[in-house]
Amino acid sequence: MTNIDLTNASLKQFGEMLQSKKISSTELTETFLARIKQYNPNINAYIALDESKTLAQAKAADALIASGNIAPLTGIPIAQKDIFCAKGWQTTCGSKMLANFIAPYDAHVISQFDAVGAVNLGKTNMDEFAMGSSNETSYFGAVKNPWSFDRVPGGSSGGSAAAVAARLCAAATGTDTGGSIRQPASLCGLTGLKPTYGVVSRFGMIAFASSLDQAGPMAKNAEDCALMMNVMAGFDERDSTSLNREKENYTRDLNKPLHGLKIGLPKEFFAEGLDADVGKVIETAIAEYKKLGAQIVEVSLPNTGLSIPVYYVLAPAEASSNLSRYDGVRYGHRTAEYTDLMDMYCKSRAEGFGAEVKRRILIGTYVLSAGYYDAYYLKAQQIRRLIAQDFVEAFKQCDVIMGPAAPSTAFKAGEKVDDPVAMYLQDIYTISTNLAGLPGMSVPAGFAQSDDGKSLPVGLQIIGNYFDEARMLNVAHQYQKVTDWHTQAPNLNMPEGTA
Amino acid sequence: MEWEVVIGLETHTQLQTNTKIFSGAAIKYGAEPNTQACEVSLALPGVLPVLNKQAVHCAIKFGLAINAEIAPRSVFARKNYFYPDLPKGYQISQFELPVVGKGAVTIQVPAQGKHAAYEKVINITRAHLEEDAGKSVHGAVEGMSGIDLNRAGTPLLEIVTEPDMRSAAEAVAYAKKLHELVQWIGICDGNMQEGSFRCDVNVSVRPKGTEKLGTRREIKNLNSFKFMQQAIEYETRWQIETLEDGGKIQQATVLFNPDTGETRAMRSKEEANDYRYFPDPDLLPLIITDADKARVSADMPELPEAMKARLEAQYALSSYDASSLTTSRDLADYFVAAVQAGAEPKQTANWVMGSVSAKLNSEDKDINASPISAQQLAQLLKRIADGTISNNAAKQVFEAMWANEGDVDSIIAAKGLKQESDSGAIETIIDEVLAANGAMVEEFKAGKEKAFNALVGQAMKASKGKANPAQVNEILKKKLNA
Repeated sequence: MTNIDLTNASLKQFGEMLQSKKISSTELTETFLARIKQYNPNINAYIALDESKTLAQAKAADALIASGNIAPLTGIPIAQKDIFCAKGWQTTCGSKMLANFIAPYDAHVISQFDAVGAVNLGKTNMDEFAMGSSNETSYFGAVKNPWSFDRVPGGSSGGSAAAVAARLCAAATGTDTGGSIRQPASLCGLTGLKPTYGVVSRFGMIAFASSLDQAGPMAKNAEDCALMMNVMAGFDERDSTSLNREKENYTRDLNKPLHGLKIGLPKEFFAEGLDADVGKVIETAIAEYKKLGAQIVEVSLPNTGLSIPVYYVLAPAEASSNLSRYDGVRYGHRTAEYTDLMDMYCKSRAEGFGAEVKRRILIGTYVLSAGYYDAYYLKAQQIRRLIAQDFVEAFKQCDVIMGPAAPSTAFKAGEKVDDPVAMYLQDIYTISTNLAGLPGMSVPAGFAQSDDGKSLPVGLQIIGNYFDEARMLNVAHQYQKVTDWHTQAPNLNMPEGTA
Repeated sequence: MEWEVVIGLETHTQLQTNTKIFSGAAIKYGAEPNTQACEVSLALPGVLPVLNKQAVHCAIKFGLAINAEIAPRSVFARKNYFYPDLPKGYQISQFELPVVGKGAVTIQVPAQGKHAAYEKVINITRAHLEEDAGKSVHGAVEGMSGIDLNRAGTPLLEIVTEPDMRSAAEAVAYAKKLHELVQWIGICDGNMQEGSFRCDVNVSVRPKGTEKLGTRREIKNLNSFKFMQQAIEYETRWQIETLEDGGKIQQATVLFNPDTGETRAMRSKEEANDYRYFPDPDLLPLIITDADKARVSADMPELPEAMKARLEAQYALSSYDASSLTTSRDLADYFVAAVQAGAEPKQTANWVMGSVSAKLNSEDKDINASPISAQQLAQLLKRIADGTISNNAAKQVFEAMWANEGDVDSIIAAKGLKQESDSGAIETIIDEVLAANGAMVEEFKAGKEKAFNALVGQAMKASKGKANPAQVNEILKKKLNA
């Protein structure tokens, strides 16, 4: 085994090491598996690990490399959010309902990584059915923030975020329905991208809210995200909402200078509710962009305040229907004893779903009910169009929009579990892009001090126009060339008592 | 009080596609349970629906056939309810914006007792695409219920009428017409036993002359026209009796029991589901352009009405004949094939609707299963036309052909049915008849026309029925007037 520090390398560096045969995929994979063994019991970033499957893939990747048949991610171990069906893998979506479910087929995203010879390192923890902003709703236990073990990593892609932050994988996949890539990326200090709706196929990705769900990369830096996007994005006829566009190379614009870039700052993103320390970090980041030649314009997204109420009508409505298939009939959890069909349904679902999932099923069922549909669902759809229109207007004045990804740094575990609305407000800056279908990303922009003296990461959000992912990655990459926030990693060997 | 029954139909027609409406799974009927069920049919986590273009093609075809508005934009919606054979917990259907809008079909209601036959226009409210559910199988495993998802996701076109029908006869005439039409345009195999064509019938009654509709009950899943007739008649009587006894009709779904001939409520409105319809976010709105319609139109066979008009014009058939021949495409094709094989059109029409149809009906057979092909029928009719056999003899030949006793000419020969058309031979017979019936000849000459017919009869008898009657007439006339 080599002495090179593998844990902080970028995907590009991993690729170079593998291609120049400085290290084999098997060695690299074993290194990560050993690290997972050491740190994961404390962090709980993974739900499912399967060493034999993972190492078999690594071995196959080594054969590909030996034959010279290589792609940029060949042989690199990637963690997959447990929302993606992977053939032969336990696929739980963080729920007791699917604790016993072994997927018999591959999600599009999984087969895309398989096709380039990437290695599936394991399935990462997540909020149950992607419903949550703290990873505390997982049936498989909460995930700890590697920067401060008493704090949450954000959610719902909290396992992927913690795994990347703790260097328990080279990069990871996430999904984002209302901020589930960007908020945990912000809270864990990594780079995460939610693409334009329809860019990454949802086939095999367990549905939460179909019109909002979108998969994307979570990695150390923008260049890594671009390399991940090259694998994940692309038309898939098995998803009717997948967009039939020409395949893009997302690294193509990384090195373009930013001179003349117009950055819009929505005044609504810097109003009440934003943590002052977070606000300062964002201002400093904006100042850095000015140095890079960008111009700042103030824009307005007047309906931002409506995004959370609209989201909490539409997302639960879709979820209530999407989750109806978990009925105990064909697969998943079925209660041990029941008297008749209705009893079987009721008990299976009562036992299989956690509190937050039940809350959203109830909300969703309510807003779709006869007599309420027009007042809630239909009205919310109308406002959704207004919110999208806000962005159309804003993008007439700027190239990208910037602001915080989350209103605060990582909060303490348990702090918001009993206050759903406070929890929902975590997504105040991210939800509107999902409603509009726009791409958004979170980029490490510095640290804020917590009350108890901890340095906690802060994410800068970059929102682009439809299909502007390559440009956003360019904007992030240029910033990362002049800052080092994205290279900082948490110290996992904390003194006793802090863990 | 005189009552009026008001009837509307909802018909589920299974579309003839190769695969399911939202997945690539096959849809073969009668396969081993769950062998036609892919990940999508099973509603595994993460699967998504993709619309089958063939199903859309069928829907457009139907819309064009009934002259309906075809929506440039229609929307798939989720109908949410829990049932073991509904794997997703919702059915993908169309709700507010169906693919086919208002249209109409014209029905022929047959004569009944003292009522003459009549035509009536039945308005179609809408037709929408949706997926079928699976089946619960009871008793396959001791003490348990099984689920077979082979049928789950089978494409259906649900066709809904206005409450335009006023009798069981009208409802059955409409159902038969629709049944023929969907087969005629090739979108449904019409197999009622296998459930490819199932009708739900909404029945209500009201005092005759009033406008307000009564409370309706829906008779579910009728899969034969006979049962439909019985069910509607029973249901109508039951509703009238209930109202006359001072009772009230509760809106309900009822099932027809063919053994007892009765309808019985399955669930009442109070227990009915709130289906929480909303647009399916997994599917884009269905956009149909004029070019799409033109493409389907090019693939459309000649429709019954157009064909009827053509048969009238081309073959000088009566409206009644043309209408009867176009009740089914196969029947019409049979007729045309016989005419093209050289048979005279009017005579062909008479035979197809007469002897051929009677035989088929008595044996409960389809025209495709007729033992006499259109070409064979033409051969038979040509033998009548060329004087080889008489009409009466032709009936015997037809029976023999039906029984597969051989071709026309060999049957005529074997049975000795050939007509005598040799004028020399006929003259000899007539001379003998005239010689033996001097009294009749005298009567004729005295002006008694009837005597002529008697002489013809004698001549036919003498020829053992084989003489060509036209020739007998002609020669006899000549000799008597000589």
